[in-house]
Amino acid sequence: MSGLSQSNRRVIVCRVVLIMALALASVAAENPAPSKDGQWLRPAKDFASTRYSDLAEINVGNVKQLKLAWSFSTGVNRGQEAAPLVVDATMYVVTPFPNILYALDLAKPGAPLKWKYEPKPAAAAQGVACCDVVNRGAVYADGKIVYNTLDGQTVAVDAATGKEVWKTKLGEINRGETITMAPLVVKNKVLVGNSGGEMGVRGWLTALDLATGKISWRAYSTGPDKDVLIGSNFKPFYEFDQGKDLGVSTWPPEAWKIGGGTVWGWISYDPELDLIYYGTSNPGPWNSDQRPGDNKWAATLFARKPDTGEAIWAYQFSPHDLYDYDGVNENILLDLTLKGQKRKVLVRPERNGYIYVIDRATGEVLSATPYVHITSTERVDLKTGRLIYNEDKKPQLGKVVRDICPAPPGAKDWQPAAFSPRTGLLYIPHQNLCMDIEHVEANYIAGTPYVGANVRMKAGPGGDRGLFTAWDPVNARELWSVKEHFPVWSGALVTAGDVVFYGTMDRWFKALNARTGEILWQFRVSSGIIGQPITYRGPDGKQYVAILSGVGGWAGAIVAADLDARDSSAALGFVNAMKDLPDQTAKGGTLYVFALP
Amino acid sequence: MKVLTCLMLVLALAGCTRERRKPTDVAPSSARPEGSPESALQPGPTGTPPSAEPSAVALPAEGMPHAPYEQSAWAVSEGKRLYQWYNCVGCHANGGGGMGPPLMDDKWIYGSDPIKVHQSIVDGRPNGMPAFGGKIPDSQIWQLVAYVRSMSGLLPKDVRQTRSDHMSVRPSEQAMRPAKPKNEAGTPPSAERPG
Ligand code: HEC
Repeated sequence: MSGLSQSNRRVIVCRVVLIMALALASVAAENPAPSKDGQWLRPAKDFASTRYSDLAEINVGNVKQLKLAWSFSTGVNRGQEAAPLVVDATMYVVTPFPNILYALDLAKPGAPLKWKYEPKPAAAAQGVACCDVVNRGAVYADGKIVYNTLDGQTVAVDAATGKEVWKTKLGEINRGETITMAPLVVKNKVLVGNSGGEMGVRGWLTALDLATGKISWRAYSTGPDKDVLIGSNFKPFYEFDQGKDLGVSTWPPEAWKIGGGTVWGWISYDPELDLIYYGTSNPGPWNSDQRPGDNKWAATLFARKPDTGEAIWAYQFSPHDLYDYDGVNENILLDLTLKGQKRKVLVRPERNGYIYVIDRATGEVLSATPYVHITSTERVDLKTGRLIYNEDKKPQLGKVVRDICPAPPGAKDWQPAAFSPRTGLLYIPHQNLCMDIEHVEANYIAGTPYVGANVRMKAGPGGDRGLFTAWDPVNARELWSVKEHFPVWSGALVTAGDVVFYGTMDRWFKALNARTGEILWQFRVSSGIIGQPITYRGPDGKQYVAILSGVGGWAGAIVAADLDARDSSAALGFVNAMKDLPDQTAKGGTLYVFALP
Repeated sequence: MKVLTCLMLVLALAGCTRERRKPTDVAPSSARPEGSPESALQPGPTGTPPSAEPSAVALPAEGMPHAPYEQSAWAVSEGKRLYQWYNCVGCHANGGGGMGPPLMDDKWIYGSDPIKVHQSIVDGRPNGMPAFGGKIPDSQIWQLVAYVRSMSGLLPKDVRQTRSDHMSVRPSEQAMRPAKPKNEAGTPPSAERPG
């Protein structure tokens, strides 16, 4: 031993670690362990959207010693949904409207401000943002930080200097369009979608050139095939998704022009198949009697080629959506062994209450299993692919239909789940809400809401409005679930230390044992958490965990926008389920960073 | 646009009827635009900035343009109907707020005074309140003003609405205890409305 040089010893250690890593990888799912990467370059961590970090300095054994390292005020007291990014020795934080971008120097004690960039979005955008003025984060690529502003623009900022490189206007607030999603960069294309499904907006996904900001393609979610970028390579798996110009023929005349299908959620990418995956929002208006037909391609999952935008397949989760079940949630790309067969799948905890496991090459639904109490639908017919609605719970004009579960935010809204290849489990932050609804006539006036429903949300069975669930996607079953008082509106993070992190609207940031769900550590922050936790290795070699606090979003609008709890229909009916939130938290906007002592 | 114009015509005609008359039941019909769904409505104030002198808004001799509306239960009930019709309800809910601020509480960003409320609706406000002036008849705007003020109990009890034809989501306007307006300075609390 003594004769070994320093570098030889390191090689041996590396080999041992490698062998251990390989052993672990084969024990759990067959997903390759990610490289030892201490950065966090995009909100979902990797193209597969796992939000899994292989850092393990903080682990089940020591997480209870986690201490606050430093904090930072964003200066904006609205819902903080963004994930911070870490690139080399700099952290980047983007705020809700007015969408300030901060660069913090991690190489210096206490992470002082390096620079800030202010895009100064139009103030009027705040009035057309359906559900608080949130922003879900930025992405790093090729020396640039790229993100969207509420007033419908995409900006690229030099990551080193904070100078604007380009800015491209994509949306029109006068038509009710805003942008709240985090872009994804794939093959030098910045992928951006619009928000405004409650405003009679026509949804789209647009690709911009990373170097110049020039638009390279736009795929609409409704309208004729040529607008949807559906061509001869389009091969949907199910019959009900096949046919010409379904984006027109499944609507009353002209209704597709104001039919929603916005793209405000998450995008994943499979480099091997060279396909991007993303979903579209609810069709508009909520009053479904005004739009007979399947309303394609709203509430739909698309697989497209990133170079051209060409659609390869599509699957409509909720044809003729009755309940605002947007189909925009995250698509977690996994290679699983199902019934003895290795399959490339996409796992989707969907808003309509089912967890879908889908063959990501073909769009075939392999399983669709309820993960919450569902009354709105009966099941997903795996032969036809169709969601089967419960006739008794169909909303009606001028009549109150009660106890529809899940409510419009669904079994899970935007808040992204995480997957650990070590445990083979999916960690899902979500909610347990039901509603009463009455349809009223919706009147289209551009730039104003196009909804047509009175809604009153409430807690689902059991009374706890939030859940944090560990789910085994191979056997399609729940392993454990933690109940929370309020909807769990934050994202999840899981690490190789077998610790899973999330935050609550009543101000707790929590660490759980990823295998058992046992709570290991919690920290009380200043305002409720609806952000996305991340972890990184600092320039000092230590592992850190970061989260933004600052309540808001649709669920927290009662606090963030000072809504009046006496009106149950406020915030599209969400306020009725959140009347006690102001007792637990005030507004805020603070970044917290934790480390072991 | 075409549809909106038609609606305005219908409503303008409805607005010509005598105030005492019982509400002609103009049930909103399905409004589907033809062609491009564009209207002249924009979030935020448009055109010329609000005049510094509110009295520049056509005031009758007595300077109390709101008075007849605020004393008429029918005008208030019309205001309630228009509040739905013009999608105020989409942004402000039934007074509790959403995309726009609550209108049933005692906090007024730009003032609870009828003239100020009229100005909010006519000219719009910078953080996303669309300007309705010139797009809907002024008499309807005064009806909206009356209804908006009734939401927090600022109108005499006997003209406020007692019940709603829809799912019950809030105490009736008549049941509201008059909420003495706070924050009458007319400046938006900057910490709450960045930008
Ligand atoms: C597109 C959403 C939207 C629509 C539609 C809308 N509003 Fe507003 N409204 C807002 C926003 C946002 C504000 C706050 C503006 C600001 O702070 O600058 C506001 C402000 C107001 C105010 C001022 C409140 C105060 O505290 O001073 C009044 C009054 C008002 N709106 C009434 C109406 C009426 C009446 C209608 C229908 C004719 C309507 N609004 C339609 C979004 C909307």
